[in-house]
Amino acid sequence: MNQQEALDQVRRALTKVVPDADFASFGPRDKLRDVLDLDSLDFLRFVEALAADTGVSIDEDDYPHLATLAGSAEFLVQKSAR
Amino acid sequence: MGAFTMPTLGADMTEGTLVEWLVQPGAPVHKGDVIAVVDTAKSAIEVECFESGTVTRLLVEPGMSVPVGTPLALIDTVEPAQPQQEGPVREEPAALDGAGAAAVAAQLSIALPPPTPIAPAPPPAAPTAPMPPPTAPPGISPIVRHLAEEKGIDLTRLTGSGRLGRITRADVAHAAAPHRLRITPYARRLAAELGVDAAALHGTGTQGAVRAADVRAAAAVSQLPAPALAPAAVPSATPAPTRTTAQDRALAMRLAIGALMSRSKREIPHYYLSTTIDLGRTLEWMREHNRRVPVTERLVPAALLLKAAAMAAREVPQLNGFWLQDRFVPADGVQLGVAVSLRGGGLIAPALHDADEMALPELMAALKDLVERARAGRLRSSETTDPTLTVTNLGDQGVDAVYGVIYPPQVALVGFGKIIERPCAVDGLLGVRPCVTATLSADHRASDGAVGARYLAAVDRLLRKPEEL
Repeated sequence: MNQQEALDQVRRALTKVVPDADFASFGPRDKLRDVLDLDSLDFLRFVEALAADTGVSIDEDDYPHLATLAGSAEFLVQKSAR
Repeated sequence: MGAFTMPTLGADMTEGTLVEWLVQPGAPVHKGDVIAVVDTAKSAIEVECFESGTVTRLLVEPGMSVPVGTPLALIDTVEPAQPQQEGPVREEPAALDGAGAAAVAAQLSIALPPPTPIAPAPPPAAPTAPMPPPTAPPGISPIVRHLAEEKGIDLTRLTGSGRLGRITRADVAHAAAPHRLRITPYARRLAAELGVDAAALHGTGTQGAVRAADVRAAAAVSQLPAPALAPAAVPSATPAPTRTTAQDRALAMRLAIGALMSRSKREIPHYYLSTTIDLGRTLEWMREHNRRVPVTERLVPAALLLKAAAMAAREVPQLNGFWLQDRFVPADGVQLGVAVSLRGGGLIAPALHDADEMALPELMAALKDLVERARAGRLRSSETTDPTLTVTNLGDQGVDAVYGVIYPPQVALVGFGKIIERPCAVDGLLGVRPCVTATLSADHRASDGAVGARYLAAVDRLLRKPEEL
């Protein structure tokens, strides 16, 4: 998975949780929890969607990597490379 | 014969708009079936039927707003045991089914506009009208007769919805189009979003109504062969013209919340308590649990907090129930209201039924489902009518503590703030532990501070033994 594919996956997973998410309105390093108003259940749904769509296993200890768009994409690229 | 009336879907509701009927005259219904969708100031809600029988007549048409208590439909109950409910149809005690005390409470405590005898729709039938219209239906207008002939409809087989059971054009039109798609509003929206042809689906809901699950299943199947099909640019799929209604709703919601909260602050002498709870062991246990289970079964701290709040309510029943007519009425079970903030603003607090008796994984699944449906506007009427104690959890919003306003006629509200690392004394040493501040707002008419203190102490004790939650 390259960076762009990973980013698409992240956006798609987020759209499942926040259907009207406007990705143009925030930057790649902004905290998703803040800009998309995610609560802990939303975040869990995001992780579930991401894991289900990509097949990448995501542990709770990995959550800090998923705080931003860019961070999530980088995480996916790294994990899928292994 | 019973009347299906506009229910009170929350203590702050005085009227509702019928959005859609999911049944037609002649349809058999069972207690608990979703038969209509009603829009309140806060949300569209799927309303369950509280009797079993046959729908004989729909009295209110989609789009109409009527006060709580107005008959919406007549239902011929199967049990011949209780045939004598003559006279005015409104005000029967069974009106709101098992929601029981809460619903009655909500109804009592709301300044009910005297349920208009001038029901806006066709006036409630003549009391003694014989149930099944005789073979020669009374006074059918030539136009209707003509229409029926044209469509090949047997008029003797129709149940009229007009005055005195007269068959109207609408009845004939309904009969002529029996394949009108039965689909819930949410499923319809979902189908549009996912590009699923709902008409081609086999519905699994009441009377074959297409439900969201059917749409999702169809969407999942259609995506199997071509996973790359879904383009990334989905967001623009939602149409714009809903804007004004969204604004209207936001305004109506503020008014509803304002009215209820003002009443609460006017009538309820609140007292407030708080305690800080060490969640070190709790979260360690949760992490360990989450490591062992697949991601779909992971827990979030909120689930543990809610479970502890529910179990503590069972231990301290003085806080679980309603203040009705100058006295406290304890509730039977713990129907834990969960304050859910909605994405467009505002909040709604539907019930997690019997939260104290659910195992944690079960509660977690129920919580996810409830929050998702609350935000999608497809809560069930039973969920909105009967919370016995409400919990608000603003931890995700980053505040340390929340001192909430009680939802009348409930007598207490539990608040949890953010889980935060704090320095604290552990076994005689200074340690840094994740802590949460739990608060209680309670009605001083129903309980005293000592009772509230016992409640928070129970929450604390329960959270320290997560394996027993």
